[in-house]
Amino acid sequence: MTHKQMRIIDHPVLGAMNERDIMTFTFDGHTYKGFKGDTIASALLANGIRQLRVHEERGTPRGIYCNIGHCFECRTTVNGVSGVRACLTPLKDGMVVTSGQTEPVPLNSEHDVDELPRTYTEFIQKQKAHEAGDSDA
Amino acid sequence: MHDVIIIGAGPAGLSAAIKCREWDLNVVVIDEFPQPGGRLLGQLHQEPNGEWWNGIKETDALLQQATDLNTDIRCGVSAHHIEKTNNGYIIHTNEGILESQKLLIATGAAESAAPVPGWTLPGVMSIGAAQVMTNVHRVRVGQKGIIVGVNVLSAAIARELQLAGIDLHSMMLPIKSSVTAEHAHPKKVMDGLVRIAHLAPSAFLRFGSTFAKMNWIRHLAVQFYPRGGVKMWGMPIHVRKAVKEIHGTEHVEAVTVCRVTPDGEEIQGTEERVDVDFVCIAGGLYPLTELAAVAGCPFQYVESLGGHVPVHNDRMETPLDGLYVAGNITGIESAKVARAQGEVAGLSIAKSVMDAVELIEHGIDNAIANVLETRKAASIQFHPDIHEGRAKVAEAFVEHTQTQ
Repeated sequence: MTHKQMRIIDHPVLGAMNERDIMTFTFDGHTYKGFKGDTIASALLANGIRQLRVHEERGTPRGIYCNIGHCFECRTTVNGVSGVRACLTPLKDGMVVTSGQTEPVPLNSEHDVDELPRTYTEFIQKQKAHEAGDSDA
Repeated sequence: MHDVIIIGAGPAGLSAAIKCREWDLNVVVIDEFPQPGGRLLGQLHQEPNGEWWNGIKETDALLQQATDLNTDIRCGVSAHHIEKTNNGYIIHTNEGILESQKLLIATGAAESAAPVPGWTLPGVMSIGAAQVMTNVHRVRVGQKGIIVGVNVLSAAIARELQLAGIDLHSMMLPIKSSVTAEHAHPKKVMDGLVRIAHLAPSAFLRFGSTFAKMNWIRHLAVQFYPRGGVKMWGMPIHVRKAVKEIHGTEHVEAVTVCRVTPDGEEIQGTEERVDVDFVCIAGGLYPLTELAAVAGCPFQYVESLGGHVPVHNDRMETPLDGLYVAGNITGIESAKVARAQGEVAGLSIAKSVMDAVELIEHGIDNAIANVLETRKAASIQFHPDIHEGRAKVAEAFVEHTQTQ
């Protein structure tokens, strides 16, 4: 989809989109244009870009989820500052945005995932069983 | 030291600020979104009388009043901690510390997820995310999408996406799992829809009246629900179909859907692949209450209000001295109710700062009456038992203040 097709220029109830100043920014080294009033997330989506980062460990793609700052799925690096929510950050002319990457040290759990307690009750039970095992030994 | 800090520049926060400024209090409103208005901004629906409720216009009207009264509204400011002191509150934000005598928390609501496998792919978003992209940022979220979760919120926003020229394949349930439970249960979803249908706008009203209110008819309606769905604004709504999985490598490419029994169990051999480039997940709303919790406010669980809410009375006072709440943090209702509650909160705060002024007392009574009227007349009601829920919170407030 082209830039123009992604924008809702005319709207039957809200009317025509008002004239907005054009701003230029880069995302992962590529140059894009957005409007004043855009967030980083809306400007990128208007350019057809949905992937904003990858899962820090698995490298699987992530984009916006809630778009209002609650979920933190849209973390990007903006002008060198990491962990910036693209959905809440107003676009500025000349902004340098990079996508979130995999982390060099994977945050691997040392535990077998299936063995981890799923509820607090299970946690207590496992702890008690563990303590009982210890005292037997 | 400010007289009052208001967290949240939505309909509740803004209307409270206006009332406080009318009494010349020193007010600061903060909000982490880049522009004021909260989720009112994205709202766009037709009232039963045919008039359009345009959230941008409603926001502009509130902002105009606030601006005329020289209200200090600071956007892009996130509050992440609150401390209660002997004579007020300390609010920790990304822009430093703010101090005030009174604090109003009007943080609104957040969306519950109804996740299905594949929901982390770019192109899958909450229904509210699509609303903000469409109506506020004027960006299409995709070419063709499907909505997962059938409720009053998803129906209203589906219509907004259609108005913006976005093609929707259909609206259906999430596949049953431990986390989607009631959203994936056809009978429960149908019950919810029918109970609210008489209050909702035009096409939704017709959807509800298709199935009379008697239980046995609803039961039959779920049993014999048309395979092609029931169309609303030309878009099929399914309560006997569910999205089972979302597919794609870099972004959403398709979903697998299947038919489900009246209890929401998958019917084997009915899988079907549907090509879409976006998916909206609609699991309903819950009050966004973390800041009230860290401030030390007691809570009450009320299902009809959307979950745990800070205990408060009809003057929007909490049991904590100087702490007030208004809007969706007190329970999920329409923006009109939030706006009316904000007026009550603003006047309550003004009265307490100004030391009992008779004139304000009269205003508070009127404002409380207005909340009740607005609630009664609400065209979008999220839960039929809202009045009982409100009564439960009022009782909790009395209990808390008596034990103190």
